[in-house]
Amino acid sequence: MDVYLDNSATTRAYEQVGDVVRRVMCEDFGNPSSMHYRGVDAEKYIKEAKENLAKILKVQSKEIFFTSGGTESDNLALVGAARANKRAGKHLITSSIEHPAILNTMRYLEEEEGFRVTYLPVDQYGRIKISALKDALDEDTILVSVMYVNNEVGSVQPIMEAASIVKAYNKNILFHVDAVQGFGKYHIYPKKLKVDMLSVSGHKIHGPKGVGFLYIDEHVKIRPILFGGEQQKNIRSGTENVPGIAGLSAAAALIYKDLDQKVAEMRNLKAHFIEEVMKIPQTTIHGLYDETSAPHIISVGFAGIRSEVLLHALEDKGICVSSGSACASNHPAISGVLKGIGAKREYLDATLRFSMSEFTTREEIDYTLDTLNELVPVLRRYTRH
Amino acid sequence: MIFQTFLLKYGEIGIKGKNRHLFEDALVRQVRYALKGIDGEFQVHKSQARIYVDCEGDYDSDEVIAQLKTVFGLVGICPVVRKPDEGFEQLKKDVAAFVDEMYPDKNITFKVEARRSRKSYPLNSMEINYSVGEAVLEAFPEIRVDVHKPDVMIHIEVRNEIYIYSQIIPGPGGMPVGTNGKAMLLLSGGIDSPVAGYMIAKRGVSLEATYFHAPPYTSERAKQKVVDLAKIVAKYAGPIKLNVVNFTDIQLYIYDQCPHDELTIIMRRYMMKIAQHFAGESGCLGLITGESIGQVASQTMQSLAATNEVCTLPVYRPLIGFDKQEIVEVSERIGTYETSIQPFEDCCTIFVAKHPVTKPNIKIIKRSEENLAEKIDELVKTAIETVEVIEVRQA
Repeated sequence: MDVYLDNSATTRAYEQVGDVVRRVMCEDFGNPSSMHYRGVDAEKYIKEAKENLAKILKVQSKEIFFTSGGTESDNLALVGAARANKRAGKHLITSSIEHPAILNTMRYLEEEEGFRVTYLPVDQYGRIKISALKDALDEDTILVSVMYVNNEVGSVQPIMEAASIVKAYNKNILFHVDAVQGFGKYHIYPKKLKVDMLSVSGHKIHGPKGVGFLYIDEHVKIRPILFGGEQQKNIRSGTENVPGIAGLSAAAALIYKDLDQKVAEMRNLKAHFIEEVMKIPQTTIHGLYDETSAPHIISVGFAGIRSEVLLHALEDKGICVSSGSACASNHPAISGVLKGIGAKREYLDATLRFSMSEFTTREEIDYTLDTLNELVPVLRRYTRH
Repeated sequence: MIFQTFLLKYGEIGIKGKNRHLFEDALVRQVRYALKGIDGEFQVHKSQARIYVDCEGDYDSDEVIAQLKTVFGLVGICPVVRKPDEGFEQLKKDVAAFVDEMYPDKNITFKVEARRSRKSYPLNSMEINYSVGEAVLEAFPEIRVDVHKPDVMIHIEVRNEIYIYSQIIPGPGGMPVGTNGKAMLLLSGGIDSPVAGYMIAKRGVSLEATYFHAPPYTSERAKQKVVDLAKIVAKYAGPIKLNVVNFTDIQLYIYDQCPHDELTIIMRRYMMKIAQHFAGESGCLGLITGESIGQVASQTMQSLAATNEVCTLPVYRPLIGFDKQEIVEVSERIGTYETSIQPFEDCCTIFVAKHPVTKPNIKIIKRSEENLAEKIDELVKTAIETVEVIEVRQA
């Protein structure tokens, strides 16, 4: 049985997405900047995509900027906004459990461009401490960036609460949200949340890789980080990735169709998985697993088994999962998030992430549980001492 | 400068008596193998203790040289300007033009060294040396002749055509692969074993390799890394048959039955036995390992003796007296280093004890191995039967 439980790393694209990407690549292949009809046709895809995404977020379509994905969206938001607002102050705030696209960009701004960065600690469930945010704000603060859903343990951040605290302190402070893991699982309305910028990636929502967007509120002062042909109001130069954008738009429309029902099904599967997996001795769930956590991510520690070994043993049975976060797992450094939430030592290098999608079935979950029950005791017998 | 021919010089194989043609033929074969994958058409032929590569088509000299530098047996690679024989006056002009283009600064001393293999040529070698030298001096008065220690030796060979060259790029030396039988390399994903394979291949030995894979403890990527390493070594050593042995069950059985601090030694003894089995099957005359005395617990003199004790074939350990840094330097030079340092665990480290024995006693090891009597033969047999063979060619 082939079971794909690594949907936080990437997802299988919807068939319809594949169709539209192919059509735009091979048939409606014009450059949106061209003056002839092919250019006009291509531009139409972009306009429709903006309108569609704007509708989902309840924002204006002119506030959608397409990028090459989550990482570029995060870079544009942080670097672009920090540079544009540095006269107002040089202090930035983020959480200690952000994706590397945020953490390394912050580190760059700190080391190379003279900004001061505060990294907020998290509680044992992987949520930022609101009190720490209040303490961190000062008159030099210009930008706060907090993720919607943590990619490793699935904790959901108190965005609305955090944003209102920030705006109450100083309405000019910009609030950015990395919603790469939250978009397509939650109804997210930036205006209501008082969020100024929001990053989304295509391939986490059954869309194409290499495309994403950044929502930028019309009042935000931002500078480009790429320079070229001045496309997208000179905020993001470069010929638009029209096939990717059309695919992203189609994926967003499909994932939000019957979302509540799909999320409820994932929650059922998650609850079932957790109930059963906890019956395996010396097993722990990182983060919260009630309704306040993300519906699709389950982070499980199996004491005494190196995550890489269990991962390959599951792979051998047709089950694909990831150890820690897929983005970080090329360098087997121990997860900063797990340390951040105070996970016990024995789980640091012994944790797998199971992440579901709307395609995940009860049969797949049961097969995975059976396989774990079979493998875990065997693998625990053989360890390094 | 556009070179039409590469003149290849070989050293040691010149002295191999009656077998000389075998070595030369092998060298020609290896030169052809090295040039197979690149753009251009190449005529490789031998004549009077030299090999000539005549180039046609859309070739890139630097690429040709880079490929020739992988051919064991070559000591020198000379890029040659080849001209039709249009009389001695033209020859003088051609040499002057050659000097002008190769040494635009003219800040050199030189000497002309002619060789006349076409004896019907109107001038003899001495006369050519003298007259061409004079012509070069006339053309570029700032240049000086130095017959004892010239900066540049301008070689002129009079064959059917005229060959002019002055550069001798060092080759890798050694002997052509295929002239010294075949050996079995125990290849891991580390830094040492690819270098060991390279060094034995350099002496003319063809390679076959065995890799021990331990899924799920070692990953598919770790295996791919070994294939990638074999590909790099194959650039020098020719095609390599890689035996991928699933070692997991043997390893776990040893883990269950034997003292943990002896695990690595016992495991290595079984690796040697299995590699030796494949070696015997395919006519390999020895085993090759990347061991170096004292580098790790399993490479102390005592451990090496314990591992060696199961081998009936000779075990070649070309790195035995090398420090790690020296091995790293070779691996960087031959291009395996970057691949070797990718961080995937290999099967030697997955169950390694905190304090493995460093001075194993063969009697005690053998006594421990008695605990394996029940199942080990069956497990070894299965490992051998389920081997996956990958034919690796240069990248």
